[in-house]
Amino acid sequence: MYTPDQINELQEKARQIRRLIVEMIGKAGSGHPGGSLSATDLIIALFFSVMRHNPKEPKWPGRDRFHMSKGHCCPLWYAVLAESGYFPKDKLWTLRKFGSMLQGHPDRRTPGVEVASGSLGQGLSVALGMSLAGKMDKEDYRVYCLMGDGEVQEGNIWEAAMAASHYKCDNLCGILDYNGFQIDGKTTEIMNLEPLRDKWLAFGWHVININGHDMQEILSAYEQAKKIKGKPSIIIARTTKGKGVSFMENVVDFHGRAPTKEETERALKELE
Amino acid sequence: MEMLYQRDVYGNTLVELGKVNKDIVVLDADLSCSTRTGFFAKEFPQRFVNFGVAEQNMMATAAGLASCGKIVFASSFAVFATGRAWEQVRNSIAYNNFNVKITASHAGITVGPDGSSHQALEDVSLMRVIPNMNIIIPCDGPQTRDAVLTAANTPGPFYIRLGRAKCATIENKGEFKLGKAQTLTEGKDIAIIACGSMVSEALVVVDNLLKKGIKTRLINMHTIKPLDCDCVLKAARETKGIVVCEEHTVIGGLASSVDEVVAENSPTKVMRIGVRNRFGQSGEPQDLLKEYNLTASDIEKAALAIVS
Repeated sequence: MYTPDQINELQEKARQIRRLIVEMIGKAGSGHPGGSLSATDLIIALFFSVMRHNPKEPKWPGRDRFHMSKGHCCPLWYAVLAESGYFPKDKLWTLRKFGSMLQGHPDRRTPGVEVASGSLGQGLSVALGMSLAGKMDKEDYRVYCLMGDGEVQEGNIWEAAMAASHYKCDNLCGILDYNGFQIDGKTTEIMNLEPLRDKWLAFGWHVININGHDMQEILSAYEQAKKIKGKPSIIIARTTKGKGVSFMENVVDFHGRAPTKEETERALKELE
Repeated sequence: MEMLYQRDVYGNTLVELGKVNKDIVVLDADLSCSTRTGFFAKEFPQRFVNFGVAEQNMMATAAGLASCGKIVFASSFAVFATGRAWEQVRNSIAYNNFNVKITASHAGITVGPDGSSHQALEDVSLMRVIPNMNIIIPCDGPQTRDAVLTAANTPGPFYIRLGRAKCATIENKGEFKLGKAQTLTEGKDIAIIACGSMVSEALVVVDNLLKKGIKTRLINMHTIKPLDCDCVLKAARETKGIVVCEEHTVIGGLASSVDEVVAENSPTKVMRIGVRNRFGQSGEPQDLLKEYNLTASDIEKAALAIVS
């Protein structure tokens, strides 16, 4: 379905975006590298292959919608938006600074951000609203919503999950970045999510389990989700927190800590 | 005297709006019979969404709909619309300055027999602290229509507070304008600033005071936010003092709004008629109004304390 060249191109893009993420957060001096790096491949596939969007016309009514419910991973979103051409790349170095359009959590002052986020658990509802609006307007756009694994401990997520299946929102595709960590530690120790697949199935969703770093699997999952009618789909992607930087991988400290100058240099070297 | 349910007017106005504006979408959380959003649901089922008992989901979904250009009316009881879903209202609706009009019924102590869990006495405070939020408390049926039409035609988030009980229509209020109070009677002895159901209580007081030779300036402060500060300050400067009346806690609502403006600009005596740091309880509305000192005679006593 996808040629090796296409896959290679996306993987190369992912490497560049990971570099931007590390450098942005390093320069900002604060931020959330772990979850940004774990979800990178999933979002690269969306923006550079799957989604119908036009950076030159960000308000085009027929555009596919993306909402980042786990808003703390916005360095990933910002890097992808800049790379797509929504705003100049040099803006990335203003992340989290006073007066910047790149706020610490997503905000509508950033071109390409449709709805602010940051408070966990609300984003699937926001995406549900976009999905329902699309159905009311008979638009054929699709809505993608990235969630964190710790985030689905929020009750609001399950209220939205119940409603999306009740209203047969087949234009809605959830993406769950299952990296197994939350701020306080492993999800298995803080608040176990399992059996996660069964939970979503029980709520009436079509569930696709994948390796969230395998580009071919990611692209196939999005294609599969598009074909599912009468119910929403969720891609549960097993990922590695801090993916791509050896000393950040599966290290809970890097959920919400910026790399030091020295660590940033080491990380960039690894991502060369 | 015409007696109307504000809720009936709300439901009918939604239908009226729905006919002329295709972007109107109405949401409810399993209370569409009580809030009367059911009227709209019947006429425009494609533009009505029932969330079941899930107010948080309703509010955050409202934000998503608004991001796609919809003008969203989201309804529940005042306790749940503002309290249960407060953070969704703050972060997903108000922070984005979205076109979501939260219209809640069953506010205040006059909810009656259902008791404390269902009597919203702090909803206005909860909404007032949120930037971008506009707040209207219509005083009767016809003003409910004004409030709903104004909210629909004014960009940004709104909170419209409605009661459960029927209320008397107040004649000759003049034109309704967001953020512009209505002076119902002129007077320079005392000012009464009231909102919602307390306006008709206060009207009784105006007559009683007149019999005692006291001329009252009665102000219907239908918009709590943005507050008509000029009107408040004029009242502070031109009368001997102000009595503020609200079917709500005195902490954070209309009374606090008036206090803040007066204290900063033109200190005067302000007496507050409202619920004083208490929860509600079951009972008939009239008994509860008495128990919580929200009657015409309570207002009159406060006014006399200032004048004498």
